[in-house]
Amino acid sequence: MGKQKNTYVISRREALKLGLLGAAGLTFVERFGGYARGEDANSPRAIKRTPAKAVIELWMSGGPSHIDTFDPKPKAGNDYCGPFKNSIATNVDGIQICELLPLLAKQADKYSIIRSMTHGINAHETATYIMKTGRKPGDNLVYPGMGAVVSLFRGYDHGYKGLIPPYIVLTATEGRFSEEGFLGPRYKPFATGGDPAQKRFVVSGVVAEGISDQRQKSRRELLHSLDSLGKVMPGNPQFEQLDRCEEKAYSLILGDGGKVFDMSSEKDELKDRYGKNKFGQSCLMARRLVEIGVPYITVNYGGWDTHKQHFETMRRKLPELDKGMATLLQDLSDRGLLDSTIVVWAGEFGRTPKILWESPWNGGRGHYGNCFSAVVAGGGFKGGRVVGASNDKGEEIVQRPVQAADLIGSMYELLGIDPDGPLPNPKGLALQIMPSANRLKEIM
Amino acid sequence: MNRPLIAALVLMAPLNWSGAEPPQIVPPFESDIGIVSTSRIDTVVSAGLKNRGIKPAPLCSDEVFIRRVYLDTIGTVPTPKEVNEFLQDQNPNKRIPLINRLLEREEFADYWTLKWCDLLRVKSEFPINLWPNAVQAYYRWIHDSIRMNMPYDQFARELLTSSGSNFREPQVNFYRAIQGRQPSDIARTVALTFMGTRYESLPQSARANMEVFFSQVAYKKTAEWKEEIVYLNLAPAEVHEANLPDGRKVQIQPEDDPRRVFADWLTEPNNQWFARNITNRVWAWLMGRGIIIEPDDIRPDNSPANPELLAFLEKELVRSKYDLKTIYRLILNSRTYQQSSIPRSDNPQAEAMFACYPVRRLDAEVLIDALNQIGGTGETYSSNIPEPFTFIPEGERSIKLADGSITSQFLEMFGRPARDTGLESERNNQPSDSQRLYLLNSNDIKNKIERSPILRQQAEAAKGNRTELIKNIYVTILSRYPTPSESEIAEKYFQSEGMTRKAAIEDLAWALINTKEFLYRH
Repeated sequence: MGKQKNTYVISRREALKLGLLGAAGLTFVERFGGYARGEDANSPRAIKRTPAKAVIELWMSGGPSHIDTFDPKPKAGNDYCGPFKNSIATNVDGIQICELLPLLAKQADKYSIIRSMTHGINAHETATYIMKTGRKPGDNLVYPGMGAVVSLFRGYDHGYKGLIPPYIVLTATEGRFSEEGFLGPRYKPFATGGDPAQKRFVVSGVVAEGISDQRQKSRRELLHSLDSLGKVMPGNPQFEQLDRCEEKAYSLILGDGGKVFDMSSEKDELKDRYGKNKFGQSCLMARRLVEIGVPYITVNYGGWDTHKQHFETMRRKLPELDKGMATLLQDLSDRGLLDSTIVVWAGEFGRTPKILWESPWNGGRGHYGNCFSAVVAGGGFKGGRVVGASNDKGEEIVQRPVQAADLIGSMYELLGIDPDGPLPNPKGLALQIMPSANRLKEIM
Repeated sequence: MNRPLIAALVLMAPLNWSGAEPPQIVPPFESDIGIVSTSRIDTVVSAGLKNRGIKPAPLCSDEVFIRRVYLDTIGTVPTPKEVNEFLQDQNPNKRIPLINRLLEREEFADYWTLKWCDLLRVKSEFPINLWPNAVQAYYRWIHDSIRMNMPYDQFARELLTSSGSNFREPQVNFYRAIQGRQPSDIARTVALTFMGTRYESLPQSARANMEVFFSQVAYKKTAEWKEEIVYLNLAPAEVHEANLPDGRKVQIQPEDDPRRVFADWLTEPNNQWFARNITNRVWAWLMGRGIIIEPDDIRPDNSPANPELLAFLEKELVRSKYDLKTIYRLILNSRTYQQSSIPRSDNPQAEAMFACYPVRRLDAEVLIDALNQIGGTGETYSSNIPEPFTFIPEGERSIKLADGSITSQFLEMFGRPARDTGLESERNNQPSDSQRLYLLNSNDIKNKIERSPILRQQAEAAKGNRTELIKNIYVTILSRYPTPSESEIAEKYFQSEGMTRKAAIEDLAWALINTKEFLYRH
């Protein structure tokens, strides 16, 4: 389609055409039109030369404590620190982090800590939506998350040719809202399933166990010869669409595309450094996906919703986080990939700085959206900096509040996606990709 | 669009034709069992076709019919036993009692509750945030209403006029399952749900008029966790006048619930939206395509493909006192519904004028249930967000899932609607690469086949008789028996070099699961 309409109303003729074509194979713009009048995401300003080519999103679902990770408050006393009273120095003068993150302390020159994230929301689902989309809810639209937006502007519609889908989630999707929002299923993430820490990483549909290539081929022939309904309805657009999907699927199943998921070529020593657990090996897998050009990878690492048994959980999880993330930063840097890869660490909110000693929490931390931390590295973000600050108890922001939109808009800018550019949508509204007032210029 | 009707690619002997004219009947998908009784539906559809010189498809075969009518009516694939009984039934009118039986099945309520939960946005999580307890209460109310065949006008009225606790008066969740709580948000949802109209296409004056009727709706929390009361704010003390969406004036008494005044107007027999919206939707659900497209985009400049057809259905609904099953029955018994899916016309308007039954991929929930029926397994669903956590008993069918937020990679992948907006188009039944990968090559599918007690039993029942075995696998997966040439292909596969019986059974089942015939309603 040529110039886009400024209305979502699709004419009857177009609707018929869509019905005949089948919608899934079409791009968003082909399906809906949807840019405001006179705008087009292909416009030159949207394809500036910028440093970042890919994003690895380390998503800490549940909401990790900021105090016990990147914003320690050792002087706040037992009611705030609990057992973690000794923050540690990093390889950057003046930056201290939690004592359970010693490996990340040696990588602090590679990342910047934002200690003044805020949205004020203490409910998981709404906070997740805000952190993933940069939008406040309530205008009858469900916006797409970062991965879907990057998939829209850096995926198949804009020159991405890989067999591996452009937006991968390791290993399961978030589940609180639909990542693709109103952009629709074409921009959904591909969730691998399986567990990369197992001997064989079984990726849903790509890597199956115990079916030889020979058998794949012979039963595919059987399928074709028994596909009786397909044969008497040649030219049916729905069926043609399915055939195209099958072609693509087999080029992954039988071709080399799926080899990226085979980690046997990675040295055992490196796997150890990443940590032989699901999170650690997912970080390693994320690096491998970046190497073959996948633009957006989410590593979902849940279990941070520590209302109870907070400190026990931290003792178990922080070393996993430390190994996986620190090794990822070092490994990307060793391979010369860190300059072109944004690594972002965040959850939907932080946790109450004041420990809930009372029953039933018995030393837990609640939800805290007022003030929390996020970490960015690579892809044009400077390292060794701290943005903003919280007060001496980690409860209030005292300097430079940062909204999710500021963070996301900065990432888009580094990816060459103009945050002020138009975002296509089914209603044809004049929406911007990620409007924000205060992008992180100081670390870009 | 140029649609080569019949290509020369057809490889199988009985299906082999070349030349411009298709044969009269294409087995096993069509049969010449004479004519089902033609109804008023068929008269107006065929008039529409004749006017445009479009040739309709012949009748579908009994094999196709039983699978189709099960999938369309109860979202369930027939068992081999049900298929056998139906195929062996010598009653020439046997399709009529089958339809009647299906309309009374428990799964009828399950499947259509699923549909209504899409439209009414029944989900715990963002952005609807009904929360689990209210989801269950609301689901049960919808399910009961459908099971008891509540008249549709009463269904709409109860949803529109209820007040009280979201746990104790489940209908009030209609007002909670909305993004936003302003009168305009409510009016937008009411217009979409019961008038089949996008808010933006109503004139500004009609929108303003509508909002007045919902301007007193209010919400408050209670001491009970996640309970919420929907109530009416005090009305103005004196009689006041309001304008209905069609511009008519109405008096609202001080003791009146303005929502009831609106519901009275909406469900009047001559309301121009109410019956039109629902009959057009039911037609679209069964026929795969609305008389007005999209089925929830009714507006003056979006005219119906066959106005007489829609008018007839509307009239029948009103005449039956809003008994939706009457409409289901009329449509399912029509020749138009029972047409083959193999088109006989390349006229670009053929599909729009209902010259054949359009193929479409099974709904996500129906597909996983169908796969589990072959695999003799169930899914285990749980949702550990939000609290209280939801666990579904093992073996519960997926068409019975109440909560649109329940975690499932399969349902996500196969286009389950997000239940964010209530638009029909949220459900996406288009194929994708990842779906294809999953069906062709995932461990899930592999395990379902390899571990299936159903397939194992059939292998045992056939007692080494290969022809019998192939027949059993066919009827289990495709609800029909193989044609002679299909049998021959399968037999050859069993005998191919180095092939074990076990591997051949698995590969045959795998191949049939991946055919278009399995994956698409046809």
